Amino acid sequence: MISSYASGLLADTGIAFIAALSVHLVLAVGQLSLGNAAFMACGAYVASVLTVEHGVPVHAAIAAGAVVSGLLGVLVGFPALRLRGIYLAMATLGFGEMTRSFFLTLDATGGAAGYSGMQRLSLGAIWAWALPLLVLVLLAERSRLWLAMNAVRDDETAARLVGLDAVALKLGAFGVAAALAGVAGGLFAHWHIFIEPSAFALERSTEMVLAVVLGGSTVALGPLFGAAALVLAPEALRFIADWRLAAFGGLLIAILLVRPQGIIDRRLIQALKP
Amino acid sequence: MSLLSLRGVTCRFGGITALNRLTLDLPAGAITGVIGPNGAGKTTLFNCITGAYRPTEGEIALRGESLVGLPPHRIARRGIARTFQNIRLFHSMTVWEHLMVAQQGGGLRASLAPLGLSGPLPRRRAMAALERFGLEPYRDRLAATLPYGVMRRVELARALTAEPALLLLDEPVAGMNSQEAADLAALLHGLSGSGLTILLIEHDMSFVEQLCAQVHVLDFGTLIASGTPAEVRRIPAVIDAYLGVEA
Repeated sequence: MISSYASGLLADTGIAFIAALSVHLVLAVGQLSLGNAAFMACGAYVASVLTVEHGVPVHAAIAAGAVVSGLLGVLVGFPALRLRGIYLAMATLGFGEMTRSFFLTLDATGGAAGYSGMQRLSLGAIWAWALPLLVLVLLAERSRLWLAMNAVRDDETAARLVGLDAVALKLGAFGVAAALAGVAGGLFAHWHIFIEPSAFALERSTEMVLAVVLGGSTVALGPLFGAAALVLAPEALRFIADWRLAAFGGLLIAILLVRPQGIIDRRLIQALKP
Repeated sequence: MSLLSLRGVTCRFGGITALNRLTLDLPAGAITGVIGPNGAGKTTLFNCITGAYRPTEGEIALRGESLVGLPPHRIARRGIARTFQNIRLFHSMTVWEHLMVAQQGGGLRASLAPLGLSGPLPRRRAMAALERFGLEPYRDRLAATLPYGVMRRVELARALTAEPALLLLDEPVAGMNSQEAADLAALLHGLSGSGLTILLIEHDMSFVEQLCAQVHVLDFGTLIASGTPAEVRRIPAVIDAYLGVEA
């Protein structure tokens, strides 16, 4: 039996991993989103209201939250199609803050006071979502569809001229990414059994991006490592007490200086293969 | 029988007319050349055909079906492939992945099948392209790390794995030595023999003369001459605009 401290860390790792996967998908078509916490918030609130007010089974509610988030993602994706790079980052950042303010003002879900009443999920339930999603993304990464996404990332003009529908690929990636963030939100809400708008602020979005950048953005194992590092490293540094967050920041910078491509990349995987 | 036909195609950017009422036909299975000085509108012509630009006026049709207004990926799927003057590859992808990604068809299900299981046909085609272009040694190399000449071959191989009916080549021998250019000429000759229609932009006149049955000469966006390479060589307007007089 693992301690509740350890299971808390493992649960947070699983949730952070699914959230990081959503950024991973958007990066695969060359887009950077700094607003994915908004989709997480949407999934969290939709799933929570469904389980608390309407008695919907928790996993069905999480799936419903993911669908709503995914649809929102496609809607947001349309204007985002016209933007790229730093401009898209700014626009998605604005969308994230807007969504946070929306839930802050919405009395029906408690506003700033937050929302509670959810039943707590087990650690196993969280990884019952995370592991299949990891396998799915790993399989997708071996498909021609993923190659098409990477082609759009590398050179959109050339990709279109070999017959790839760049618009559909970007919108699809944005929508599926938003749905994944929605799953992470639903799990978060039913693990912490309390949600408030500030849980889905800019820090959450940057944490998702950081997990991918740190872990590596070429394969889904990167976000998994990155998420684990982000959740576990501050705990491992507890022995230096007050300085631990500063040390954590220093550690991040050091890792990125040594491996700017992230911890896991194609070369590392090829080298580890027998 | 013409495969591609252009009727009165005009392309304007603000006050600049890059293409001016261009009308021409590409006979199926032939190699046709486009020559002219820099800025004559040759690349604009390619961009209009492939849908990167929408012509201001005029009609472009492949096998009688209009292409105007279609997005580039739809035009590509109808059977038009191209290469670029400044090579455009997917720098983080391997040579093999370039050959796989360019193959359309089979729908979402086929494109979702993991690479190893995506059915024998795309793999067989990619394998044949590796062989034809001598790319086996570079199969798993990332595009960004390839030598220049190999990059050109990868770009051409990527264009051909889509099995196009019409291939547009924008200065294919730029930067090649004479041996590489001769190899490419032989290859294009073979492709045309097996039914592929080719339209190429080229400054190397001996390459054009060796391959093209017909040449169109552009100057300031206007078609100033058409004919066999030997014929256009003798037209005074072409000599003035492009070829110049040998001293």
